[in-house]
Formats: sequence, C-alpha cells, structure tokens
Amino acid sequence: MTVPFYVSPEQIIKDKADYARKGIARGRSVVVLQFDGGILFVAENPSRALHKVSEIYDRIAFAAVGKYNEFENLRVAGVRLADLRGYSYDRRDVTGRSLANAYAQTLGAIFTETAKPYEVEIVVAEVGSTVDDDQLYRLTFDGSVADERGFVAMGGQADDIAAVLADGWRPGLGLEDGLVLAVRALGAGSGTAPSAGQLEVAVLDRSRPRRTFRRIGSDRLAELLGQPDPGPEPPGVPESPDSGA
Amino acid sequence: MSPEPWHGRLPSAFMAPGGSSFADFLALLEGPRPASPHMPAEALSDVPHATTIVAFTFAGGMVMAGDRRATMGNIIAQRDIEKVFPADEHSVVGIAGAAGIAVELVRLFQVELEHYEKIEGVPLSLDGKANRLAALLRGNLGFAMQGLAVVPVFGGYDLAEGKGRLFSYDVTGGRYEEREHHAVGSGSMFARGSLKKLYRAGMNEADALSTAIEVLYDAADDDSATGGPDLTRRIFPVIAVVDSDGVRVIAESAVEGVVQTVVNARMSQPDGPVAPLPGGGAS
Repeated sequence: MTVPFYVSPEQIIKDKADYARKGIARGRSVVVLQFDGGILFVAENPSRALHKVSEIYDRIAFAAVGKYNEFENLRVAGVRLADLRGYSYDRRDVTGRSLANAYAQTLGAIFTETAKPYEVEIVVAEVGSTVDDDQLYRLTFDGSVADERGFVAMGGQADDIAAVLADGWRPGLGLEDGLVLAVRALGAGSGTAPSAGQLEVAVLDRSRPRRTFRRIGSDRLAELLGQPDPGPEPPGVPESPDSGA
Repeated sequence: MSPEPWHGRLPSAFMAPGGSSFADFLALLEGPRPASPHMPAEALSDVPHATTIVAFTFAGGMVMAGDRRATMGNIIAQRDIEKVFPADEHSVVGIAGAAGIAVELVRLFQVELEHYEKIEGVPLSLDGKANRLAALLRGNLGFAMQGLAVVPVFGGYDLAEGKGRLFSYDVTGGRYEEREHHAVGSGSMFARGSLKKLYRAGMNEADALSTAIEVLYDAADDDSATGGPDLTRRIFPVIAVVDSDGVRVIAESAVEGVVQTVVNARMSQPDGPVAPLPGGGAS
C-alpha cells in the first residue's frame, strides 16, 4: 500500500484560488456602476449572442466574467430561483440579497467540495426605488460576498479599471457620463478604448414599471458615445466571451 | 410543497443544463402530481366559474374582451373578476371555467413565457406560446374530467407574420387556430351569434372596441351567468388590444365612453345594431 503525499489544507486552498484567479485574469472586463436613473452594465464583449450581462428578474440583473459555461450555468440557476420564488410567493418577494446568498452558498460549496473551482466572478445588482436602495453584490469564485457602493470592476485588469472609476465616479452621474466613464475605464485596462461594436451595454432603468432591464443597442450606443455607427462587424474568426479571448 | 426545501447550495436541478420551461422545472422539483381529489357532483356548483370571453382580429392586430362576472351555481360569486390577462408583451390570454384553477393556470403561463425569454434571450414564437398553453392545459385533464374544466382563448400579434392571430382550446389540450373570431364560456353561444353579424374583416380599433362591447352586451342579455356593463357600480368589461407595439389594456375611462354609447343606442334599439337584409329590404 502506498502512502499518499500529505498536502496541507492551506496549500490546497491556495492552489485552487490561484488557479481560479489566473483563469479570471485572462478574460475581458466588465464594469457595473450606479447612475442617477438606475444601474449601468458595460462589458467588453464582441459577441452579440453570448451575453455577459443578463436579466434575472424585474429589478435584478447579473453580470459575469470568466469561463462562459460556468457563469452561464449560474445565470440559468438564478433565473430559475427567481422565477420559482416569484411564482411561489409574489413578484415583490424576489430580492437581490436572497439571490446573492444562494450564489455565495453554491460557489462556496463548489470551491471547497470539488477539485476544480469555478473560474468566475459575478455581480448581482438590484435597482431600488431610489439611489440609496440600489444594491450591488460582488461574488468571487470562493463564495465571498461584498456589498459594493457606486461601481464594481471585474476581470483581467480590474485594478487599473477600478482606479479610473474611483477617480471619475461621483453620485448622481447621468447615463451618458456614466457610459463614457465606463468605456474610458475599460480602455485604461486594455490599452485602447473599445468601440461601440465591441461593447455589450444594458441598464436596470429605475423609472420603468415591472421589468426594468433593457439592453442598449449599437445605434443608441454610438449615439450616446458620440461615435459614428461602425456598422456590422466584419466577418472573421468567431470570438467568444470566454476567458482567453 | 414548501417552496424551498433545501439549505445552502442550490440543488442540482437548478444547475442542470438545458430546459427552458418553467413548468417542466417545477415538475422536476415537485415530483409527480398527486391524483386529483374526488369531487362530488353537488359540490361543483360551489366552485366559482368565470363566464364569457370574446376575441377577434382587426386591422392592426387582435382584441380580447371579457365580462366581469363569476358565478357559483345561481349565485353571483364576484362582480368584478378579471378574466383577460396580458400573457407577455405581445400576447393575451382569456379564461372561462373554474376560476381558481384558471387564474392559477394563467399565472403559470405568464411565468413560463417570461422564463423562456430570459433563459433563451429571445421570446417564443406565437405558435410556440400557443403550444405551451396547450401543454399546460393538458396537465389539468384530471380536474377537467371531474367537471372543473378550464377553457382558455389565446391571441397575440405575430411579429414574424405582421398580423393578429388567435387560438382556441378544448379541455384535453387540443389547440385550434381561429381565422377571425371566437368566444368561450357560458355566454359564448350568444356572443358567437352576435359576433358573426357584427364582425367586419379589417375594421379599425375604434370599431373593434365598440363591437366587443356590443357582443358582450348580447351575451349578457341572454346568459344569466354573464354580467352586462354595471353602470351604477361603474364596473365595465376588460378589453385588451394587441398590435405591433404590444399589449394595451384599455383604460377604464375609455371603456366607459364606449359602454355609454352602446347603452344609449340600445335605449331606442334594445336588440342592438340590425344586420342588413340580403335584398336590402327595410327591417
């Protein structure tokens, strides 16, 4: 009988965390920020079909970076949980906090119980009736939850992006200013500011009744950014929003 | 079942890939449905029943209207029940039959459509929505066989074809597309007769609204379970219009205006508008 090598629990956890961090760092970034009319999501994502930002429920949305199949799995679970709660109780009983808790428990269990942790970082955002009621929960691969204010940057160059956001963000920012700031911050991360065609943009619009999530199409986006419409992307190698792009 | 019988990590059913149907997901969590309890025949009249719904197409899309009465045998259970609901942004569903089961069916159907749209990123086609409703209805077959039937009518604006369409159902989940107009519920015989004479292909929205009120008036005239417009309590039919811009439930004040016009006209002509004779002779 062979004696298995002893590896300390600290080392196992550290190795898993390093693995997950490296995976996330390879991907493109996402910025989530509060503006006066709601919550804005800006993702570097050339794909029109594989989303990094999605609707979960009336006032709740989801943004993610990392491995597409893993965060897609979490997104679908979130939609199922939210719809189940809304159907069992009432639409008003679906909250961002309970969703963030379920994600935290799930990510934590996956991190400790399985050999391979999820290489994802996600934000659960809930738009309130006033700016003060807005909620931004940031969840990492090990199930840690942080309750954020103002803005969140995730992905490869999150620190560089967060530095620009910390400098430029202020309460009561308008949609246009918020969008320009987010694009400038993403540019600081990747070196060049992304064009309208490379962005996925959505908002949780506080003023809407019931379903508040709306995507901002490329025409409206170019208008807001003051860029001419780039037209359809030239055909080329299909890009996925997966890490490593 | 209690809605959340787990603690901590989400169960594997939540994380399972594929599956964009909420009803199927619910069945997976709940397990097989218990057999429906036996209901003695004399108890059936104690269950509130919803009555008449009419639906037809017009130039811009389709319109659906329902009276506001629910009955338990010969008793009026509710005067202001709503039986016409937006199903999603471009479709509406109306229900007749056992009210409790019907309203629950509509709630499930609404979640089903929104769930699909969120999971897949695009809404279902109008035919897809009509088929899902048929599948949900088939789940109620056990109750239907005991007399607690639900009969919906579904319609919407088909964005792909650019026109309004409507579908009728039977209690076994059979789905049939209707060409122009349809009515369900206890007053539907009278509504259909009236609709046949009043319906004009390609009529405008204003004509569609007054036609809906005329038809419901005729149904209430001859069916005791259908409520006519209640002018003293100001309870009027619910009318929903679906066109290329989506579903609009017509505001009560606008419906009141149409109802007043119809009622005033009936003061001199109690049977409503007169259809022209083929020979053009005087009526």
